Amino acid sequence: MSMDTRRRPIVALTLLGALTTLSACATSNAPVTSAPKAGKATEVAVATTATTTYPSTYTAPASAPTLIRGVTVLTGTGERLDGTDVLLRDGKIAAIGRNLELPAGGKVVDGQGKWVTPGLIDVHSHLGVYASPGVDAHSDGNEATAPSTPQVWAEHSIWPQDPGFEAALEGGITTLHVLPGSANLFGGRSVTVKNVPSVTYQGMKFPEAPHGLKMACGENPKRVYGNRRVLPSTRMGNVAGWRAQWIEAQEYMREQKNYETRRASGEKNPLLRPPKRDLRLETLSAVLRGEINVQHHCYRADEMAIVLDMAKEFGYKVTAFHHATEAYKISNLLAENNVCAAVWADWWGFKMESYDAIPENMVLVDAAPGGCAIVHSDSSEGIQRLNQEAAKGIAYARRMGREIAPEHAIKWVTANAAKALSIQDRTGSIEAGKMADVVVWNGNPFSVYAQAQLVFVDGVVRFDRTSRSGIPHSDFLLGQPAAQGVLQ
Amino acid sequence: MITSKIGRVILRTAALLAATTAISAYAGNASLLIRNATVHTVTAGASGPLKNTDLLVQDGRIAAIGQNLAAPAGVRIVEANGKAVTPGTFGGLTRVGLEEIGLESTTGDHSHRLGQMRPEFDVTMAFNPESMSLPIHRSNGITFTVLTPGSVSGGSMVAGLGAPVSLDGSLPGSQRAMFIDVGGDANDLSGGSRAVQFMLLRQAVVEARAPNLVMVHDERLLTPSGRQVLLDYLKGAGPFVFDVDRAIDIRRTLQFIKEEKIRGVIRGGAEAWRVAGELAAANVPVILDPLDNLPNSFDALGATLTNAARLRAAGVTVAFSMRSPEVHDAGKVRQAAGNAVSHGMSFTDGLAAITRIPAEIFGVADRFGSIAVGRPADVVMWSGDPLEVSSLPELVLTNGQLESLDSRHSALRDRYHERLKQGQAR
Repeated sequence: MSMDTRRRPIVALTLLGALTTLSACATSNAPVTSAPKAGKATEVAVATTATTTYPSTYTAPASAPTLIRGVTVLTGTGERLDGTDVLLRDGKIAAIGRNLELPAGGKVVDGQGKWVTPGLIDVHSHLGVYASPGVDAHSDGNEATAPSTPQVWAEHSIWPQDPGFEAALEGGITTLHVLPGSANLFGGRSVTVKNVPSVTYQGMKFPEAPHGLKMACGENPKRVYGNRRVLPSTRMGNVAGWRAQWIEAQEYMREQKNYETRRASGEKNPLLRPPKRDLRLETLSAVLRGEINVQHHCYRADEMAIVLDMAKEFGYKVTAFHHATEAYKISNLLAENNVCAAVWADWWGFKMESYDAIPENMVLVDAAPGGCAIVHSDSSEGIQRLNQEAAKGIAYARRMGREIAPEHAIKWVTANAAKALSIQDRTGSIEAGKMADVVVWNGNPFSVYAQAQLVFVDGVVRFDRTSRSGIPHSDFLLGQPAAQGVLQ
Repeated sequence: MITSKIGRVILRTAALLAATTAISAYAGNASLLIRNATVHTVTAGASGPLKNTDLLVQDGRIAAIGQNLAAPAGVRIVEANGKAVTPGTFGGLTRVGLEEIGLESTTGDHSHRLGQMRPEFDVTMAFNPESMSLPIHRSNGITFTVLTPGSVSGGSMVAGLGAPVSLDGSLPGSQRAMFIDVGGDANDLSGGSRAVQFMLLRQAVVEARAPNLVMVHDERLLTPSGRQVLLDYLKGAGPFVFDVDRAIDIRRTLQFIKEEKIRGVIRGGAEAWRVAGELAAANVPVILDPLDNLPNSFDALGATLTNAARLRAAGVTVAFSMRSPEVHDAGKVRQAAGNAVSHGMSFTDGLAAITRIPAEIFGVADRFGSIAVGRPADVVMWSGDPLEVSSLPELVLTNGQLESLDSRHSALRDRYHERLKQGQAR
């Protein structure tokens, strides 16, 4: 069947947003909002965060130490180390260097001719929320019943049995950020997960990673709601829609502060109660406090500039623009604002706002002083080969006279992505003490012929191409006659 | 670069006129000698690339292939230094020139919504040779594609006629193919069941084969011209391309092909590997998307990255296209071929699947898909391995013309690269 009516509309609706570094507060010590104080805890307003509610239950199983010997390492910090050993121990990268000693009980991986990179990170995925097979019942990514739904959480839609997860793992993806779609101005909270098999999403949830807030510019919200004669039907309606919500969030924060002040002053008024919890405004106020990253789907340069002004108006930070097909037109502006652009390699022309997309986008964003380029997928196919998507950038850079080394390009799919998810202190690079999220490739990962041989998540082999039992499969394909011969 | 700008404009105009009249017009005029290349001729039976080989193009045609060729006076010399030269590549089954912007219906002409079966719907009549996508795809080494009508909501499971087209904007001839949609995705167009699809196809065939059959007009599926066109294709005017994924549906399609003695092609074919032996025995080629490995629907539970390799191992003829016909996806076909190779297909078969094989399937192998003396030059010189994502064309000849690598993309790139250099990208 042709994909005419199916696939692209989903993509179009799900085109999401952007990343950047948010404030450093968003990392490991982040997300507790007004912590309960001594006394009448039950009456204190406590906002829900990524870590305090629906908490991660993921813990890495024990693993034997692994010594990868004599391998070419792209560290993710801009370095290339040839003929190097990498030691993984207790779920962490223990050491990088020459002639490292194999700990007792450890395993050796012969790195001859192989390359090692940090586990790849996709900052823009809808795995689990638009799961395969793409039946109506799996349309869980857009709460397209109102233009602003910051109260919904993508993690509550994730179907962990989506076969797309294991396909992404085979492509070296160890961490991904799952977002709501882009039908809405505020689409809801996005979540970072580790790419490990689990019956529950909590078992995948990246511990102590902040939420994101998915926002969307441009055509999608105004088309979805304009067709229903509801604001927004225009781009100016989009902006007015966002601003009205931020104003409500500011008011909510004032009410909370007022309550805290009165309570702290010892007021004994029996009518003194914390403001009623509001899931919508909890999310928005957490953004204004810098506890949630803003991942903003936005294509056009002029709209991104408007969003940056709006962020100034309300005192928050845009972490990243996603898709950002015109980021190259404002690469200096983005860099000066410390905003990353998460882009495709070569998608263009599927809607008017992507008409000016060019394959040099990532390269030009990267070339600006301080620029932060990320290659993302937004696709269950693209996430399987983010390395190839980045390789296209290398090729187009060369055509315009810029040589980009593999040790630099790898940052587009590892360290820069980690930064935009505020997990760069734990993963996204090969450095001692970081999570042992590591891929062993059978060659230069920027080759179309390269394949991930081994994928480690926290030191545990989660994918092993050389072993039948090393290739995971979701429940969905078990016992399917048509899939016999696909499962190994 | 070689040709003067004015000359190029004149040639392009000639090509456009050719396209508007749907007649092949040969406008080639390039003359150059590519020296010391690795030439992948991709001719049938070729045993690997020709190393240290020269390729002489004169007046737009391939004049000689060999070693140490003499350069005729006035012919520009290109030193390949061992770089790969291949036939121009296939962009797959696409809407190039039929759709400028996916979500803007006024720019899209690839599918009808007449609500009835109109096999006579010929999408080439909507082809716009001045779409900005043509220069973009040429600069990526794509020199031909197949314009593909779609079966969309409000249309018909019989999508209509598509055709191979040169990315210089000309139609190489009168070749057409009939596109038909089979499977769960077409249920909404066929009364809710794939069983209806075969029922309707057989009814249409009866009408076409017996145009004088007495029927109340309202009971007919086809218009008089639809009956005529379908009859022409039943008699062999061109292939029927069936968009079908599930193994058993492919098997039933093969049965239909056999019964009606038509030339059939399977497109999509996510589970084709499961009926590889039958496809080989029936000599029915498969045009598949090598990246199609997820169970995206209940018609494709057997999707796998090894589809292409398994089909080839069984002797099936395999060509590549992206599953999505959208304009911007054409550039991924070459990458997809590289992935098929990394999943077990030979490099030779992978390259043929995006050059000679699709040209043969659509009846334009004398123009596209292989390099042979006497043919119009339709070749690309690559910066590296032609199936590598990190390789790009350095020289593109389409239909005997040397193409600029400039496009709307490069114009935007250059404008904003300049601003960035000045720190003014803001």
